[in-house]
Amino acid sequence: MTRFLSHSLLVILSFIFLLPFGWIASLAFKRQIDILMTNIISPISYGNFIKLFASKESTFSNDILNSLFVGLSSTLIVLILCSLASFTLTRLKIEKWVGMIIFGWVLVFHMIPPITFIGSWFVLANSLGLFNSYSALIIAHATINLPLGLFIITNYMKEIPHEIQEAAVIDGASSYQTYFKIFLPLLIPGLFTAGIIIFLFSWNDFMVSINLSAKATQTVPVSVATYAQQYEVRYGEMAAGSLVSLVPGLLLTIFANRYIVRGITAGSVK
Amino acid sequence: MENRLRETDRYWNVLSLAPLCLLLFFLTIIPLLSLIYTSFFKVTWDGGYLYEGIGFQNFFDLVENKFYIPGVKNTILFALITVIIQVVIAYAIAIVLNKIKYRIIYLSIFMLPILLPPIVIGSIWRLMYGFDFGLFNYLLSYLGVMPIDWLGDPKMAFISIVILDIWHWTPFSVILLITAIEGIPKDILEAGLVDGTNFLKEAYYLITPLIMPTIIVASLFRFIMSFKVFDEIYLLTQGGPGTATEVVSFSIYETYFESDNIGLGSAMSVTTLILIILIMYAVQKIYIKLRLNTHD
Repeated sequence: MTRFLSHSLLVILSFIFLLPFGWIASLAFKRQIDILMTNIISPISYGNFIKLFASKESTFSNDILNSLFVGLSSTLIVLILCSLASFTLTRLKIEKWVGMIIFGWVLVFHMIPPITFIGSWFVLANSLGLFNSYSALIIAHATINLPLGLFIITNYMKEIPHEIQEAAVIDGASSYQTYFKIFLPLLIPGLFTAGIIIFLFSWNDFMVSINLSAKATQTVPVSVATYAQQYEVRYGEMAAGSLVSLVPGLLLTIFANRYIVRGITAGSVK
Repeated sequence: MENRLRETDRYWNVLSLAPLCLLLFFLTIIPLLSLIYTSFFKVTWDGGYLYEGIGFQNFFDLVENKFYIPGVKNTILFALITVIIQVVIAYAIAIVLNKIKYRIIYLSIFMLPILLPPIVIGSIWRLMYGFDFGLFNYLLSYLGVMPIDWLGDPKMAFISIVILDIWHWTPFSVILLITAIEGIPKDILEAGLVDGTNFLKEAYYLITPLIMPTIIVASLFRFIMSFKVFDEIYLLTQGGPGTATEVVSFSIYETYFESDNIGLGSAMSVTTLILIILIMYAVQKIYIKLRLNTHD
């Protein structure tokens, strides 16, 4: 009986969490006129997707490439920087204050609303002539997601047994060898977890992208927002664009949900 | 040999930390210093930035500013309300989920709001809250309820944003709490079963005290993170009507990027930074105190 009640409750909750997505999916296949008339049953139309991908003034395909490029590059940067630093800070003999300052400041930075920094990044990028450039966008995304990367990777780093490290030291391995030959292979699940989360957060980011990019480098969320902001809201294209932007999150949730759960937990409770 | 190894290891320490530290230095420390510096200037753009020193004028303007102070008040109120409701709901969901074997399926569905683009979530909810052809008013019309002006009425707009945020972030606390419950040693719960606990007794006497530290962390963490709210406000209400849904991040964005008032925007950023650091300090004190109490 309890089991039945639990399942019904959870099914209702699932419905509440899925409803908005189901609704936007249904709008994506409707014509603007059916949306405005709130026709629940209407002919299925692919017009929104055709306008999104094939029309001359739409930059949506380009926006997807921008998002992928910025997401993958910034994720790679975070993984490299954080795995290196995390290894040295948690596994090697190094003065305590170095770790305290780095972890402490990263934690503070993680808690601060990013908008407080984005203003001065904008001024910085403008002064260096890097506004609307991929490099500015990639570095900004990497910085925003750096704290999560550091926390998740450190969480995995601490789990690698000390015996393995001691064995390596006894065999005369240098720090360089210990990192590349021993820790890096063992850290693959951690890098994978951090990578998924950071890529998703970069793909989802709006605040950095809207302020540091223009038409040529704009990412998918910026593009979706412009459909909603125009004088006459283009609901159909906005819904279709939204639906496409959900794809990476959905795929990773289906195929890597355990890693994501671990990543979210490791990134917040210390 | 021994010495040479030590030497290379010292290089390693510096070289492995340098990339991270350089990034932090150039993208967080320098901007922070430049924010503090800029907050004492009036900045104008004329092919290059022109700085005109005006002392503390920006900070006086900030107090007078129509949006900033109401934004701070709204953000704190918003954070308090949403966090309390979220953690209570999340606790209930986690307790129920704990009894389900294949909970990862439900959990995957619940995770979606956290993992999908907030701006898309904002655009979906904006459509659902729509007055004329939104989903909610459409459903209400079947119940014979008059359409509600979800985003146009000041009081309702704030409530609508709160509802959206609860929907958006409750799953986050669910994940933290269910992981904590999974971490409870099996023999404790089995001992409870032997003593004849039922579902509610187990939840109240065994699970709750054991996961209390996580409940506290989840609440405090979400409270601070609530100060980041931006995307949904940007799409749904732009802080309006009036200042009903104005939040700190949005005030800064407007001043800095929409009104191009870089000096005032910097002053707002600096003030917000100080505020957040003070809150973090207070939160840490509260955390230590609460943890001591739960151990008694």
